[in-house]
Amino acid sequence: MAAQPETIDQVRAVTEQKYKYGFTTDIESDVAPKGLNEDIVRFISAKKNEPEWLLEWRLRAFRVWQTMEEPQWAAVSFPPIDYQDAHYYAAPKQKVGPKSLDEVDPELLATYAKLGIPLREQEILAGVEGSEGKSPSIAVDAVFDSVSVATTFKAKLEEMGIIFCAISEAVQKHPDLVKKYLGSVVPYTDNFYATLNCAVFTDGSFVYIPKGVRCPMELSTYFRINQANTGQFERTLIIADAGSYVSYLEGCTAPQRDENQLHAAVVELVAMDDATIKYSTVQNWYPGNAEGVGGIYNFVTKRGACRGKNSKISWTQVETGSAITWKYPSCILQGDNSVGEFYSVAITNNRQQADTGTKMIHIGKNTRSTIVSKGISAGKAQQTYRGLVKILPKAEGARNHTQCDSLLIGDACGAHTVPYIESRNRSARIEHEATTAKISDDQLFYCRQRGISEEDAVSLIVNGFCKEVLKELPMEFAVEAQKLVGISLEGSVG
Amino acid sequence: MTTTGYSTRGADPTTAPAFLAPLDGQSTAVLPVVAELRAQGRARFAAVGLPTIKNEAWRYTNLRDLAKLAVTTASGDAPIDRLPTVRADGQNGPRLVFVDGRFRADLSTADGLPDGVLLTDFASACQNHSGLIAEHLGRLASAEDRPLVALNSADLTDGVVLRVATGVSVDAPIELVFVSVGRDGATTASHPRALIVLEAGARAVLVEHHVSQGDNATLSNHVAEITVGEGATLHHCKAQRENAASFHLSHIAASVAAGGCYDNFILTIGARLSRNEVVSALNGGDARTHVSGGYMVRGNQHADISTIIDHAQPNGTSREVYKGVIDDSARAAFQGKIIVRPHAQKTDGHQLNRALLLSDSAEIDAKPELEIHADDVKCSHGCTAGELDDAALFYLRARGIDKETARGLLIGAFLSDVLDEIAEAPIREAFQGFVAGWLEEQR
Repeated sequence: MAAQPETIDQVRAVTEQKYKYGFTTDIESDVAPKGLNEDIVRFISAKKNEPEWLLEWRLRAFRVWQTMEEPQWAAVSFPPIDYQDAHYYAAPKQKVGPKSLDEVDPELLATYAKLGIPLREQEILAGVEGSEGKSPSIAVDAVFDSVSVATTFKAKLEEMGIIFCAISEAVQKHPDLVKKYLGSVVPYTDNFYATLNCAVFTDGSFVYIPKGVRCPMELSTYFRINQANTGQFERTLIIADAGSYVSYLEGCTAPQRDENQLHAAVVELVAMDDATIKYSTVQNWYPGNAEGVGGIYNFVTKRGACRGKNSKISWTQVETGSAITWKYPSCILQGDNSVGEFYSVAITNNRQQADTGTKMIHIGKNTRSTIVSKGISAGKAQQTYRGLVKILPKAEGARNHTQCDSLLIGDACGAHTVPYIESRNRSARIEHEATTAKISDDQLFYCRQRGISEEDAVSLIVNGFCKEVLKELPMEFAVEAQKLVGISLEGSVG
Repeated sequence: MTTTGYSTRGADPTTAPAFLAPLDGQSTAVLPVVAELRAQGRARFAAVGLPTIKNEAWRYTNLRDLAKLAVTTASGDAPIDRLPTVRADGQNGPRLVFVDGRFRADLSTADGLPDGVLLTDFASACQNHSGLIAEHLGRLASAEDRPLVALNSADLTDGVVLRVATGVSVDAPIELVFVSVGRDGATTASHPRALIVLEAGARAVLVEHHVSQGDNATLSNHVAEITVGEGATLHHCKAQRENAASFHLSHIAASVAAGGCYDNFILTIGARLSRNEVVSALNGGDARTHVSGGYMVRGNQHADISTIIDHAQPNGTSREVYKGVIDDSARAAFQGKIIVRPHAQKTDGHQLNRALLLSDSAEIDAKPELEIHADDVKCSHGCTAGELDDAALFYLRARGIDKETARGLLIGAFLSDVLDEIAEAPIREAFQGFVAGWLEEQR
């Protein structure tokens, strides 16, 4: 891939360029005071120049949120979060972040150098000459802290009637679409974190694919938390109208900080008749250091509704980052013959904790779902697959197949599987399989004998273990994801 | 991390008083250990009441209907027409009989047991073997974690005590028969406790029968505490065939020492609502456990199987196979958890649950869980749900077999598989008979 041979210098060049061409907004006015109350909600809404109905919706969510309790059922533990001790709005500003390489942790730079993807996107965003021509297959929307900063290829997409923009922009330009679909998949009363998001979400991506249109390129959002003491609450809404197709990529990174930062996003997908949405995530938020200090709390609600007949929603996720992940991309299979898919690789190392999985709710006839989850736990990490397959009485002929495999590296980590299977239709067929194992000495020996270093051998074996999922990623991401798999497990053996 | 504990979330203490027998009804001349356990159980149950579906461990089993009842006790002296057995006709063997939870000496016998075997009722054991009671009572089943264990402790008066001395092998199956008779127009409750201790190298086969006589509604709330010593083996089979008005709740807590084996099989056919909890903890290295069973429910029955296999030491082996058939508006829940603790390397754990749905309103809820904290292990679980295979049905129909017979054959074959998990042939055959009886009624 293009980014592979890039040197640290280039990384610096790109990073600096980014800030050089950064944002002109004034710092003082763009950070809301710490704390959360109705005034902050009004402040955010006013900042975004939102219509009255959206402010009302936010306030309703905020009032509900105040009555809610944080979910306790996930197998993760963390000190209580003080929701008043964070900024709920921070717009990007000039000259934040590391100014020179000396300030950047070399480990992080090395990681960047190995990574590739975000850099290439940064290149595009920063307007590096020729970068658009180099990769015309991806259109990118970048969300930096709370604000969408740039969207590429907009004009080209507009020609086809595709709307791809920041959700705040969509609220202004396409209020009817936003009003119709916002909260229709994840209602504002859904859960603690989603409700919080409804009240304070600041930006995110909005995609609308008109009837019968096949989106000619991958759409991508690149999320970055940069500011300290902020939470990031972005909201993504993707609507694929009848007969359309879209493939969407999401990438996430955050700088290394000692304190924990909260990321509570909501993603809503709506697929109408015969429409297909493919949603891929490579989540690489800062996971904290080896002792578990710092890192992102990634508490995300993602849900897709297959509203129409023969619609399809496919989630693919590679989860390597975050101190704590709490994430269950789900499909509501309403339309007859609709299809839901969930492919996941989750890698936890050091003291990371991940509680992730999916929900497949079969409502329509002949709905089908496939779940493939691969969990790799190393160091002192704890990982849980938690999933629900629910077949409602009218889901004649529904079909589910679930495969969850866990791989443990080291004797101090944990891997857990908690599937819920609920069937209320006899013609439904459900199969669930789960295995747990370790990398066998035979496999390692075989590689070592052929001169492959232990670390490379583990990376090779783990990539083989994840292959079923990685092959679902779009080409651009698949290669990078393979590298990410290797990087995430560094230091876990030997 | 290990989440076997009971949280008081959703606890409803208002349901407690109706289930706690008045204190003056209990005999006062009891062992201190028994008195203490009763008091603890009473206090705990009064604080939490019956579990509700808000509690994770009970999310699929709603005791709402039970909570509405006011329970009373039965005398236990009703005449009994006939007793179920796995023995061929005419044979006699060791057997303890309980009617509405009360020990019936007139129907029981401990004849034919080799030296070194103690088989007696709880009250006698308290008098004659108080050391055994003090050593083992309340050690494995925690009232803190489980409200129904607390309730059982609160009303602890009767039960079974079995001890097999070091190296003694009992070939004949020991039968425990629990007959629920109840009282007309009332729901009676019983809370039997079983204390089973196999010392090192001992071997025994235990068969439990749970039946009703008549149609009265009853609640039986069993707790068994089972200690399997080093290298000892216990085969424990249970057939629950109570009437369709009864509530059957049971908690079995087993601890297996190094090289020991605990083999449990539960057949669930009866009861309006049943829940069988089995916790098998491999607390010694190289231990084995085998937790299996079959459930078949119809009408408005509800069957719940909740098992935990806890690998606490290295080189353990566990195997779990459950199969169920659900018809009409019946509902079944299967919650099976395998825990592998940090030092339990080289564990080999396997679990399978398969459910067959026969009607449009039948429901299965399954939650097969793995909780793994050691890396050098092999653990797997599988879970399926679906209806009878159309192709197999067609195969039989094409050979002139009518639909009902063909369905019966396929259901029988499905269940026959799981009965093969029973190691002891006479018990397997008797249980096959129970299943055949159910299939016969099905047609």
